Amino acid sequence: MKSLIAVHPDDPEVAGHFEDIDQQRESSSLGMWTFLATEVLFFGALFVGYFVYRVRYPEAFRRGSEEMNLWLGGLNTAVLLTSSLTMALGVHAAGHGDNRGIRRFLAVTMVLGLAFLGIKAIEYAAEAHERLVPAVNFSTIPPDEAGLPSARQHPRPHQVELFMIFYFVMTGLHALHMIVGVSVLSFLFVLTGRGWFTARWHNPIETAGLYWHFVDIVWVFLYPCLYLLRQG
Amino acid sequence: MSNADIKDTRRVRRSPSVGTYFLIYVVLLLLLVFTIGLSLVDFGHHWNNLAALLIAITKAFLIVLFFMHVRYGPRSIWPFAAAGFVWLGIFLTLTMTDYLTRNHPPAISPRGEPHFLVEPQSR
Repeated sequence: MKSLIAVHPDDPEVAGHFEDIDQQRESSSLGMWTFLATEVLFFGALFVGYFVYRVRYPEAFRRGSEEMNLWLGGLNTAVLLTSSLTMALGVHAAGHGDNRGIRRFLAVTMVLGLAFLGIKAIEYAAEAHERLVPAVNFSTIPPDEAGLPSARQHPRPHQVELFMIFYFVMTGLHALHMIVGVSVLSFLFVLTGRGWFTARWHNPIETAGLYWHFVDIVWVFLYPCLYLLRQG
Repeated sequence: MSNADIKDTRRVRRSPSVGTYFLIYVVLLLLLVFTIGLSLVDFGHHWNNLAALLIAITKAFLIVLFFMHVRYGPRSIWPFAAAGFVWLGIFLTLTMTDYLTRNHPPAISPRGEPHFLVEPQSR
């Protein structure tokens, strides 16, 4: 372990204030879970707000949900679930001290994370083209197909606009977490190349994995709430 | 009991095998296909929404227990992993007991409309 803090007298991979390597590892996981609990409440407030207005304007939110691209969203869910698998395999490789394995799986995870962001960008561009972006170009009349029934011809378009506000804030915040996740993984990728991690000590890889899986869980709830709640 | 004995019995480290990871991954993908399929069929009332949320909760449990190693980790992790979700559950439940029951029984506005259904002036 490379660190400026005092090292345990009996074990060079344990910091001085820990009893042993197990306690050190457990503390690192507990710290990450504590942070994730605050993240649950951070995203949770948005979900509660979403549910309040979904109950209040069920018809408008259903119409807004129909504007979403179900298949691109589903593809993105599959991409994220796959990235969670490769992240788990990366942590598994770290547990066996397999540095090449760590780098390989971290690279695949990052590529999948960037693929997710790319697909999300395609969706955002399509929504901007459809004039669905609140306060920027949200229009009650679609550009090309003014005669066709659409969410924008809802009797109360601003309720549909409210759905789009929730959509952009929630997916935008999630995308920001993805960008942070990819940045952290790229950092760990470099450190792995420099031989920082061993089979006994690879807490940063493990905690980064916890973060990555958590961001996956957020999307697991965002996808049905924004894309799939079309009926009833 | 010496310190070494405590060290050996305190935390038994196990983690899932690669096969388990792939199995969980396949189950997650099947649940994804299942939830998309369900969303295309109208079961009426709120059954669609309920099913979609139950599937999402199942997927979250699988990710937390297996990918995030909570099933295999020390028990001290459990309350930390549960805390955020438990408090969010309380937050959501108490909020919705308010918003879902505001019009029971329906209040009547001076114009004879149920109060909750009176829309504010359309912008």
